[in-house]
Amino acid sequence: MLVAIGVPDVESLFDEIPKELLIKDLDGIPDALGEMEISRLMRARAAEDSGPSCFIGAGAYEHHIPAVVWDIATRGEFYSAYTPYQAEASQGTLQTIYEYQSMIASLTGLDASNASLYDGASALAEAALMAVRANRGTKSRRILLAAGVNGTYRKVAAAIAGSQGLTFDRLPLHTGTGTSDFSSLRDGSDAPVAVVIQQPGFFGTLESIHEITDLAHSQGALVIAVVNPTSLAILEAPGCWGEQGADIACGEGQPLGVPLSSGGPYFGFMACKNALIRQMPGRIVGRTTDLDGNPGFTLTLQAREQHIRRSKATSNICTNQGLMVTAATIYLSLLGQEGLARVASTSCRRTEELVEMLCAIDGVDHLFGGPHFHECGLRLDRPAGPVLDALAARGILGGIDLSGTNPELGNALLVCATETKTKADLEAYRDALRDIMS
Amino acid sequence: MHEPLIFEKSRRGRRAYAQAPAERAECTIPAEFLRDEPPMLPEASELQVVRHFTRLSQQNFSIDTHFYPLGSCTMKYNPRACNLLAMLPGFASRHPLGPDRYGQGFLACMHELQEMLKAVTGMKAVSLTPMAGAQGELTGVAMIRAYHVARGEPHRLEVIVPDAAHGTNPATATMCGCVVRELPTGSDGDIDLDALRRAVGPNTAGIMLTNPSTLGVFERNITEVAAIVHAAGGLLYYDGANLNAILGKVRPGDMEFDVIHMNLHKTFSTPHGGGGPGSGAVGVGIRLMPFLPIPIVGKREGKGDPEYFWLSEEHMPQSIGRLSGFMGNAGVLLRAYVYMRMLGRDGMRRVAEFATLNANYLMARLEQAGFELAYPGRRASHEFIVTLKRQAKSLNLTAMDVAKALLDHGFHAPTTYFPLLVPECLLIEPTETETREMMDRFADAMIAIVREAETDIRRLKGAPYTMPVRRLDDVKAARNLDLAWKP
Repeated sequence: MLVAIGVPDVESLFDEIPKELLIKDLDGIPDALGEMEISRLMRARAAEDSGPSCFIGAGAYEHHIPAVVWDIATRGEFYSAYTPYQAEASQGTLQTIYEYQSMIASLTGLDASNASLYDGASALAEAALMAVRANRGTKSRRILLAAGVNGTYRKVAAAIAGSQGLTFDRLPLHTGTGTSDFSSLRDGSDAPVAVVIQQPGFFGTLESIHEITDLAHSQGALVIAVVNPTSLAILEAPGCWGEQGADIACGEGQPLGVPLSSGGPYFGFMACKNALIRQMPGRIVGRTTDLDGNPGFTLTLQAREQHIRRSKATSNICTNQGLMVTAATIYLSLLGQEGLARVASTSCRRTEELVEMLCAIDGVDHLFGGPHFHECGLRLDRPAGPVLDALAARGILGGIDLSGTNPELGNALLVCATETKTKADLEAYRDALRDIMS
Repeated sequence: MHEPLIFEKSRRGRRAYAQAPAERAECTIPAEFLRDEPPMLPEASELQVVRHFTRLSQQNFSIDTHFYPLGSCTMKYNPRACNLLAMLPGFASRHPLGPDRYGQGFLACMHELQEMLKAVTGMKAVSLTPMAGAQGELTGVAMIRAYHVARGEPHRLEVIVPDAAHGTNPATATMCGCVVRELPTGSDGDIDLDALRRAVGPNTAGIMLTNPSTLGVFERNITEVAAIVHAAGGLLYYDGANLNAILGKVRPGDMEFDVIHMNLHKTFSTPHGGGGPGSGAVGVGIRLMPFLPIPIVGKREGKGDPEYFWLSEEHMPQSIGRLSGFMGNAGVLLRAYVYMRMLGRDGMRRVAEFATLNANYLMARLEQAGFELAYPGRRASHEFIVTLKRQAKSLNLTAMDVAKALLDHGFHAPTTYFPLLVPECLLIEPTETETREMMDRFADAMIAIVREAETDIRRLKGAPYTMPVRRLDDVKAARNLDLAWKP
């Protein structure tokens, strides 16, 4: 090979690099491990993290993942392909994305979905930017968030979209119901460009989506729905909120067959009404025909994207979360509408059962009244942090201490139980908590 | 070969029985919150679903099945162990908000990954949280902006971007509220230094560079470029798209870059997954350390085992903030960690050496066969550009035609029509994991395609012929939008 190139050695191939920049050795990188050695190390480390029974939700949820999902998604043909730039050699990925888009559009009750964004939090940032581009009726860059919007999502949206002048305000929390006090939206003096409603809210509570959506629209604001895809098997689709429906829906796709895996990779989903499609960021797949008139799939509306529009693109996103989308499409195909409804309703029921059991303990009470999905706040008679530590020492991750994010709620805890939890799991939590609280 | 949509296989009441709870639970949620119509999801048996997606997978080209010389994307082999080990139950089932005591194994891997990425790039600190290269870019430019604001120079909003740059560079600058100044490239592929001197000034935020550049050559004047930009008060951003070419040979930190993003799905071999997930970890020099995005893994040394923990807002008050709901693409980072440990110190250097050797070999073969190089007389880095402008004129053979014909020869096409400043170009990156025989076959196919064009260009214009579909009507796709199946 060197002869064909016409150089005496490999070093000569680097002769355009200034000599003083070349390094001799990579200090700080250990020697190579064989597959056997690295496997031993990783198995030991994974074992360190194994074991606890998890009742934490707060944006990432433990669900049963059928064996098929990752067995098929990690086939080399999916796993080691890239963005389907050569459509004729990527019909598998393209058709999968088209099927995914169809499922997301139906779950959200909207017209079109993109091929995914990074995660739920960054999807909200992109949705806010999209709303500003789309809502030409106002000069406002103020986004109004319902009280139940995940606090981290707000931080992420501000970090990503803040430098383009977007501001994110929050409606006050009604401490009785755990939902938004949206009376300030009525006066119309400082109408936002968009209103974001998370359903179910961060505390698992359910907002009056129809009323808020209509109110927001009457003020000239767009409505962005942040939704849990599992819940959409039974809860009202954003496209049917109020008279006109939400304009954009987005959220965290992790519950659809993606492992918790310390926070990622997950995927953000996004869907919108037809009128907004050209403002949507990310890849979009369309169905078309080939030279022989047969159906086929291709990336479309690429004139929105960075590789064509450069500094005028709708977003800088290119690579998104393709493999997670493949997994989610397989998951939704296996579960179907009935299976997903069973997962949603069972998760809802499990949380009710857990809350009922825990609230029977002295010093534990409901944080909010009203209906919940599969997450619920509890009020304790003492700080939640040490209680959670004591539970963790017994192998139970008992939820999230809300004192950091919501000090106004006092000693509060957020718990979640999905379909993965058995009656015995719930009782083990109750027994441990009763013991700790006594 | 046509595979019907999963919806077309759906039959009312059919299900994968083992995969959902045995019955619907009674639900106390009032009707006003519930949907009237169920979502349209397929109703199919488990076997139908397995067959459907297995068949779909077979309609893809992938690294595991085909040579995939997609320039700028580093489509090298993804070792299977990386996936298997990242998916171990202890890692896969760990909740991101679980306490650190149930995450020491994971956090140890992340901390060591941070340290290795520092070592290999020559940067002073690393944050793993950006979820793709483009988000790494956004992070980098946001930090540059925060730096200038902190120094009382909020007017520094001009980001200089070479005309050969990836589209993400200018798109990112805009997302960060900056203004793009495009910089011309000299005929030899290096930056025009005089143009750079004219471009910098009191409003310069910084420059975004890929080195080796998207033209497949190393920027020989990098030291002068750094001096000019720093003297003007700007910072240097390193787009790590091509880090594979210099791994273990040169470090961006030694080239005076202030911030770098790495595409772990390129250089560190995490899977491309049909379009992600990627990972765009960032590294910074001293100037930008306070602004790194959170969370970052910290380490406390004590008597026994070290203790790992998350650095958050309270530890880093000047941070540009959070970019993901949790900590980024953790599972991707685990795969990169396994890959780096398996490569080790010497393996990293061999990556750059073999990637460069392969690229220069394939470039030499194609040049000897009469293909025109965009930058003749330059060394290829780990990729190079062939321009078909001559064949386009004489034979009406375009880069698109060659790309489609290559599919019929069993090769994924190189990157086409990028960089934008080279007409009818193919950006070819063989990577270090291909054999000489594979590259010879590819060169032979390129030669055969031109021969065919000389005798029968009409047939070639109809390629591909052996794929599940023929060339697709992109105009129709955009005009008659069909983005979701409807019954």
